[in-house]
Amino acid sequence: MNPLKSLLLAAGAAAALISLTFGLEAFVSYQLATVCAYLCAVAGLTVLTGSGGQLSLGQAALMACGAYSYALCANALAEAGIEGPVLLLAPLAAAVLGAALLGLVIGCAAGRLHGPYLAGFTLALVVAIPAVTSTFSGLLGGDQGLWITVEKRPAALRGAVSNEQWQSWPAILCAVAVMVVLNNLLRGRFGRQLRAVRDNDAAASLSGVNVARTKIISFTVSAAAAGVGGGLLAYITQSASPGAYSLVLSLYLLMAAVIGGIGSLTGAVWGALIMVFLPHSINSLTADLPVSADMAQRLDGNLAIAVFGTILILVILLAPRGIQGLLSAAARKFRVTAPTAVPAPSTPPLQPQPQLSTTKGQP
Amino acid sequence: MTSSKYPVLAAAVTAALALGACGSSGGGDSAAAEDVPGVTDTTVTVGTHQPLTGPAASGYSSISPATKAYFDYVNDNGGVHGRTIEYSVKDDGYNPANTQSVVRELVLQDEVFAILGGLGTPPHSSVLDFLNDNEVPDLFVASGSPTWNQPEEYPYTYGFMQDYDTESKVLATYVQEEFPDATYCLFGQDDDFGADFKTGLEAALGSDGLASSQVYSTANTDVAAQISAMQAAGCEVNFLASINGFSAQAIGTAAKLGYFPKWAASSAGGDYNTLSSYLGENTDKLLEGFISANYLPAYSDEADEWTAKFKEINEEYNPGAPFDGNTIFGMSLGYLFVEALHEAGEDPTRESLLEALESGSVKGNGHVPLGFSADSHAGYTGGMITLVSGGVQSYTGTPYAVDGDSVSAYTEERAAMPENGIPQ
Repeated sequence: MNPLKSLLLAAGAAAALISLTFGLEAFVSYQLATVCAYLCAVAGLTVLTGSGGQLSLGQAALMACGAYSYALCANALAEAGIEGPVLLLAPLAAAVLGAALLGLVIGCAAGRLHGPYLAGFTLALVVAIPAVTSTFSGLLGGDQGLWITVEKRPAALRGAVSNEQWQSWPAILCAVAVMVVLNNLLRGRFGRQLRAVRDNDAAASLSGVNVARTKIISFTVSAAAAGVGGGLLAYITQSASPGAYSLVLSLYLLMAAVIGGIGSLTGAVWGALIMVFLPHSINSLTADLPVSADMAQRLDGNLAIAVFGTILILVILLAPRGIQGLLSAAARKFRVTAPTAVPAPSTPPLQPQPQLSTTKGQP
Repeated sequence: MTSSKYPVLAAAVTAALALGACGSSGGGDSAAAEDVPGVTDTTVTVGTHQPLTGPAASGYSSISPATKAYFDYVNDNGGVHGRTIEYSVKDDGYNPANTQSVVRELVLQDEVFAILGGLGTPPHSSVLDFLNDNEVPDLFVASGSPTWNQPEEYPYTYGFMQDYDTESKVLATYVQEEFPDATYCLFGQDDDFGADFKTGLEAALGSDGLASSQVYSTANTDVAAQISAMQAAGCEVNFLASINGFSAQAIGTAAKLGYFPKWAASSAGGDYNTLSSYLGENTDKLLEGFISANYLPAYSDEADEWTAKFKEINEEYNPGAPFDGNTIFGMSLGYLFVEALHEAGEDPTRESLLEALESGSVKGNGHVPLGFSADSHAGYTGGMITLVSGGVQSYTGTPYAVDGDSVSAYTEERAAMPENGIPQ
């Protein structure tokens, strides 16, 4: 598929989603915007872990970096009296740059580490966030975090468009843009180099691939995507606080990538959707369960975590390629039984899917 | 090679939207007679965000069940103007990101009449603009931050607790009377809580009144460094601007270092029963003489008509739950809302609810007056000292009223409890 066609398709998807928000309640628009923010981070993780084979638990830290960059930039602009589109675009750019820069620095160190050592290193990053924010509490607002001045919807749209709906538009546009960029990167020379390094770095090196550079670039790209996600989350929620970017979020992002299907960007979409809608629907369900008040209190909040964990175990046991793997298997079966449906040449060759093996390689 | 991805992506997105739309069509359809959100002919729905899971859960998760128990009691006795109160409690895990989401759900999807007793400064700050933009009454925020008292900027938000500034002045006044020559120090949370408390203390004790001022972060449970520094500075009376878990941590750590100063804690972190659940078997020794300030009926005071009534309600509507300061807090908050709703008239609207509060006719059940008026949304405007003696935390002396920087004894009697503890 040529780049123009994929751009047109992406523009079509964005337009379709934006027009769909007109049919949604404000709260669902808000959830959709959250899905878009998480999608950016999960997609970044899919590139890094799925295609690059580098297991990172630090995605939440990179999102936090994006969120704080957004917050600092937006507040500085607001203080200078700047309003309008600049108050939205400049902080988003700052979020991408900030996270990418941190990703580059981490990548330089992480490029030397494999498997569990890399996981441990990135784990330390995310655990360090609260310490960093309270050490620099004058700048970063300590545990309470930063309160952000955001660009509200234009006055002309008030009444016609809810603030939540308005906020979902930049989120949709950013998420689609991130997906297009990552998709193009993976399909090009960089994607091939990345997969070569993942499968066997010695062989890749012998073929002329610069292994260290490839790893560092993949870390930076993944960080930039997480930065967009963090910046969007900061924009939607008007705040950046250490509590929002905990180790739990990092684990959730990784779980979302695995459940969705770690080998493909489409899987990231499923993962992000599950991250937002699964806990929500379970909590709504719990509220309606005919159980005693004491029991309901125990279940509230906790049941969602338990179900998420169960689904993760089931997915790993029964469908290691995640939801997307199941779907493409079903699609292939459908094509075999209905041979007239799609001409054979366009069927994608089966990609080798990475397993989350952490034992490969030496430190 | 990815020609199949975009259609799948589109399908995924469409499926998600359909899912979301289905999931959301369930609630919020009960339009009121006069189109007041959350009010029908038979019910009034209010919501709250509480830390039912996460780091703050152990100290505060028992508050919302107590409020709910009081509402159930009122509902069984005919409700307010014939309407029952539905109380929707959402867990935010004390995480502002979750608060954002659950409060939007309550307001936009469940269409609650008001948000009641949202707990915690960081979580609630994150929805302050949202609630005021959407003109949702945001009543009785369960935090002592002075942020909630900004009627000009946040006309829909009302406080409940004595704010940290008030509380710190009450404690400082008492401590100066009792221990005039002691060295005073502060152990405070690294946010507005600690900062406001420090400002209040310095206003009362003088700008050099604190010999040492230490801060902690809720992310780090080891406070040995701070406590050692206080010990080294020769601190004799330590003010605690900390949540329950960290008050216990400070006291326990000091004891391990063989350091036994006087402690004077904010009510946010000075509940005896909650502290004893952290401190275990040494509680009695460690907390003897522990000073705190409160404004609500004391849970230990069986002679107090409110305490007796709340205890009875707790046994019947909240069976199995211990009766402590959190229970009193939750029920008092519920009572204050019922009183306001009662005053808001036969057919309450959001406007009439706020008018009732601004009129000053809502009194609550505290030992000190509420600050509600057209130009103040401050909650209780003073405090009364509590002391722990022989394992019982009870009031001592008379209440203090705080007005600006002046602290004076408050002598007026508390309003009597209406029959059955329900506003008539």
